[in-house]
Amino acid sequence: MTSNPNKPSFNTDRSRLFKDRFAKFGITAGGVMVLVALLLIFFYLLYVVQPIFESVKVEKRASFAVANADQVVGLGVEEQTEVAFLLSQQGTIDFYNVEKAHFGEKLETLDLALPSNVSSFATSAPFQGQYAYGLENGTVMVVAPKFLVTFPNNERKLTPRVGYPLGEMALKVDEEGAAIKRFAFSHYEDKTAVVALTADKRVLFSSFVAEENMFTGEVEWVVERTELDIDGRVDELLISPDTTRTFIRSANQIYVYDTRYPDNVEQIQLLSANEENANIVSAQLLAGANSLMLANDNGEVSQWFEVNTDAGREYKKIRSFETSKQKKLNIFTEFYRRTFFTTSSNGELGIYYTTSEAKLWQGKVSEGAIKNFAIAPRSNAAVILADNKLTVLEVHNEHPEVTWSALWQEVWYEGYPEPGYIWQSTSASDDFESKFSLVPISFGTIKAAFYAMLFAVPIALSSAIYTAYFMSSGLRKVVKPTVEIMEALPTVILGFLAGLWLAPLIEVHLPAIVGLLVLLPLGILASALAWTKLPASIRHKIPEGSHSIILIPVVLFIGWFSFAISGSIELWLFDGNVRQYLTNELGMTFDQRNSLVVGIAMGFAVIPTIFSIAEDAVFSVPKHLSNGSLALGATQWQTLVRVVLLTASPGIFSAVMMGLGRAVGETMIVLMATGNTPIMDWSIFQGMRTLAANIAVEMPESEVGSSHYRILFLAAFVLFIFTFIFNTIAEFVRQQLRDKYSSM
Amino acid sequence: MVKQWFKSGSPWIWMTGGAVSISLISVLGILAMIAWKGLSFFWPSEVVQFELEGSIAKQTVIGEVYDRELVPKERLAATGVDVSAFNKDEFERLLIKTGNREYVDLDFRWILETDIKSKSTPAQLAVFERSKNGNFYGYVENVFKEGQPVQGDKVEALYELVERAVELNDEALDLQNGDIGHINYELERLRLKEKSYLLDNELTDERVAELAQMRAKLRAQYAELEKTLFELRKRAKRDHVTVKDMRGEIVTIPMYQVLDVWFPNNMGFFAKLGHYFVQLGKFVSDDPREANTEGGVFPAIFGTVFMVMLMAVIVTPFGVIAAIYLHEYAAKNAVTKMIRIAVINLAGVPSIVYGVFGLGFFVYMLGGSLDQLFYPEASPTPVFGTPGVMWSALTLAILTLPVVIVSTEEGLSRIPSTVRDGSLALGATKVETLWRIVVPMASPAIMTGLILAVARAAGEVAPLMLVGVVKMAPTLPLDGNFPYFHLDRKFMHLGFHIYDVGFQSPNVEAARPLVYATAFLLVSVIITLNITAIGIRNHLREKFRSLEH
Repeated sequence: MTSNPNKPSFNTDRSRLFKDRFAKFGITAGGVMVLVALLLIFFYLLYVVQPIFESVKVEKRASFAVANADQVVGLGVEEQTEVAFLLSQQGTIDFYNVEKAHFGEKLETLDLALPSNVSSFATSAPFQGQYAYGLENGTVMVVAPKFLVTFPNNERKLTPRVGYPLGEMALKVDEEGAAIKRFAFSHYEDKTAVVALTADKRVLFSSFVAEENMFTGEVEWVVERTELDIDGRVDELLISPDTTRTFIRSANQIYVYDTRYPDNVEQIQLLSANEENANIVSAQLLAGANSLMLANDNGEVSQWFEVNTDAGREYKKIRSFETSKQKKLNIFTEFYRRTFFTTSSNGELGIYYTTSEAKLWQGKVSEGAIKNFAIAPRSNAAVILADNKLTVLEVHNEHPEVTWSALWQEVWYEGYPEPGYIWQSTSASDDFESKFSLVPISFGTIKAAFYAMLFAVPIALSSAIYTAYFMSSGLRKVVKPTVEIMEALPTVILGFLAGLWLAPLIEVHLPAIVGLLVLLPLGILASALAWTKLPASIRHKIPEGSHSIILIPVVLFIGWFSFAISGSIELWLFDGNVRQYLTNELGMTFDQRNSLVVGIAMGFAVIPTIFSIAEDAVFSVPKHLSNGSLALGATQWQTLVRVVLLTASPGIFSAVMMGLGRAVGETMIVLMATGNTPIMDWSIFQGMRTLAANIAVEMPESEVGSSHYRILFLAAFVLFIFTFIFNTIAEFVRQQLRDKYSSM
Repeated sequence: MVKQWFKSGSPWIWMTGGAVSISLISVLGILAMIAWKGLSFFWPSEVVQFELEGSIAKQTVIGEVYDRELVPKERLAATGVDVSAFNKDEFERLLIKTGNREYVDLDFRWILETDIKSKSTPAQLAVFERSKNGNFYGYVENVFKEGQPVQGDKVEALYELVERAVELNDEALDLQNGDIGHINYELERLRLKEKSYLLDNELTDERVAELAQMRAKLRAQYAELEKTLFELRKRAKRDHVTVKDMRGEIVTIPMYQVLDVWFPNNMGFFAKLGHYFVQLGKFVSDDPREANTEGGVFPAIFGTVFMVMLMAVIVTPFGVIAAIYLHEYAAKNAVTKMIRIAVINLAGVPSIVYGVFGLGFFVYMLGGSLDQLFYPEASPTPVFGTPGVMWSALTLAILTLPVVIVSTEEGLSRIPSTVRDGSLALGATKVETLWRIVVPMASPAIMTGLILAVARAAGEVAPLMLVGVVKMAPTLPLDGNFPYFHLDRKFMHLGFHIYDVGFQSPNVEAARPLVYATAFLLVSVIITLNITAIGIRNHLREKFRSLEH
């Protein structure tokens, strides 16, 4: 703007200019901000999902030299990874600070004051946090390092302690008092079980149950001992944490015992478990204790668990892992998850996840052999003993169970007879393994959308064509908004009607629904034919383009008629009970809230979407095209099919796409009108669980940042992308069509 | 001839016409059904006394006829009913709401029409609406005032005593929610204040004493109010009424449990109409009772309206600014076109996705940070780091943003460029043209967008389930305690109420009419809003059509 010296309001001009600039800046900033906020949805979902596909990272925190490293038999680290401890052959525990700031400072040495010389050592399952010494007098002493947390001067301080979960008296495993050469133990609720190899080559299973003496208040042990019969040498002993199974490895043979009842210990299986041309070097139980992991000297690790076979429950090889080609492999497991670690004599560490069959990480962490290894309770760190040094490793392994293949392929879970697609995210049990297969819920989504479209597309498109092309304009002004108002109907109401009104109705009057499918078209045709037979004087009184008004009573009558004869049909054809007939004769299960109900209810939800867009597309086909066709002698119907629909087909396509997008993302109807069971079955009489309903059901309960939480975000992300792409295609096609029309 | 008729295509035209009829019937049918079932619930239906004998032992059943259906003989036989005596293929059976929940196994039961020996509608049959255990049906035996039977007109006395008890109950409830609730709120604030002093190391002895003094004062007030409350409750418990139920036994009903009493068989049309509107009024103004299956839906109405208004306040400025930017300031190029398509498409993204985003971003990320920064004293109880009405409004604002943007842009594009050019030619700046000419002309369009947004937001449930709605909120998000607006609170919502009562409640049968009534309420609000929006839009189109010529 140029300034004009004659104009008196020069200042006002400047302030107006400033206001204009300011407004431009403000509106642009505001507008861009809003658009960025919308973009944020996409990136935020991605940001939450992304960690599950991150690869595992292992970093060295630091290491310090350990005196008498060859005397160390066991080690561990406390939950916050601030203190590590080493158990020695002499029966002492050394505690070291392993925080970054005070790394390697010795905190304390506690002497366990064992009653006899140590002859062997064993650790419990990691989550139990117990260690035990086998002594030369045939007893076993169980200890558990503990930490007392205090807050002097508002600072966290850990004081090491030793707990004796079974009391300070050693357990008498061998009554004959022979030294314990090898053993395994588990202390579970009130039961304790020990399986031991004595110096004189006997294998003993003993069970201890504590009982309080009523009079003296002293604890007495009720002991049950069984000698197990093993041919050959005994290499390894394992006992499941709940004490129900005992495994004894003798070279390549695994003896499996059922030790649920200590007074009746039974051998249930003898496995020859080595890989071809290889020998077993070590064995370990996976967290949850259902799986046995066996390492072979060719570097293969195999997983075995019990499955139902024709011969009852049997241990079977499920899968194997190629690890580093090292002869001397050791296996270590995590507290709760199905991760396992292999350590080898050349200092290599491997991290694997069993269920997803994933090799997570492999690398060299020390020069020499890794002598011992322990994982932190939260699986975020590990301590290793190698090269006479104790090294703390930071392990970043938050979501080992989620891999692309585990989400989309068949997975063989523990206890299942075969691999499958399973979604089962939570359970009451602690060592439960979540099963995250997106296949059943994606399948459910597609199934629900399919049945909805099957119902909606014919009705919506036919209505749209009639309304746009044949209906009189006065009627159209009423009909179009009436159908469109359905779009505004809250889906929770449709879902409620579907679940509480339609589902029981269909259950009782199933033949009526099938009858409607047949009778409606026939009835309409019949009345159309009857109409042509009417005298012309009556026909001409009704204006052209009001077929649908004439048909309303017909449709109502057919509807009433179908329901009226439903009971008789049921009696006549299906012995009075269709559902029983379906189950008994056709072997189909009938859920009350099934796909048919969802199809109809969700169909109603998408009819207005499809109708509205398709009607617009057909209606805006330029009139001169159809007039030309009619003038050339084509009938109304020919003109419609050959000219109008052909021209409008992109619009109709985009209408269907929009409808599909809505059906895929619909939540409340599916939530309320199906049983929400994640099954994979195309049957129309069974329910499903969809991505959207699954999110609504499980999201409020999922723990923030857990794999479950992130997978639900992934489901949302998939929905977002899916509908966005569909809508974009539809919208793009529509805009192209609009340009085409305007150039005609 | 038929062949030729088929060839002409005329049957297919009829078929497409039939599809329109089906659509129309289903739309109108659904609306009519919801309206009928929702509205008929409040009508005082007559209470029938049935004398039964046949497949069951001789007995009397009193109740409202709820539903009737025809059952084939086979199915009845399968449930163990002896039907051999009748030569019929189908039997009619009635669903009776018998009430008296604490004395019978089920308050709904099916009776066979063939078992009915006689039925009557005695005028003396009374219906007691109670605050616990639902309705009670029976004959009034005696009315006791202060433990003494009332002489004279029992019914008059009953009405009088019920009214008195209801008034006392209301008074007690007001006291409990009002003044006592206020004291509890203040006490909680004092606790947080003390903790916040402690966290900042500013808890001096002086402050401890001050807090203790305030606490003591509040406690003293509390004790006094509590005394009044107990007094009120005691007074409400004074009277009772004895009623003979369908088993022929005399049951004592304390008066303080009775909310209303009426004699439906003795009511004329206008009395029934009056009762109908009273019940309807109670439905929209009362709190829910008995796990939401009885009583009113006032908190849900309030929650819905409050949340939607909050959302409208957020979404309008942002939506309008974004639309003005897109239409007036952004360069007319392919990028803008793409952004426009993207915005339109966002309206089609499933609402649950917005819910997930709201939960992760607003609740956990923003809310969690707010808690850390401003409410350290409340930890570990989250304030904003948990679903609440503000996050719900924000989530729905994002959800409805595309609706407002699209509608406003449409309005802006309908304004003829001559109007704009005229204003600019007269020397107005762009912002003056916008502010004085364009936006006022587009305001009906903005209004339309806003109404459509509100209508959509009011009907959304799925995202709210993640970001703030609860089945039973003890307090409203707006009350008399400072700072009056409690945006961190959870709220109740009509749509969620439908889902919850219809699907999660233990007694679905009893709650069903209530769900229909709630659904009708929600539908009528939403359809009214939509029709208003459509009306405004059509009016606007006409107006600018005349401007163009």
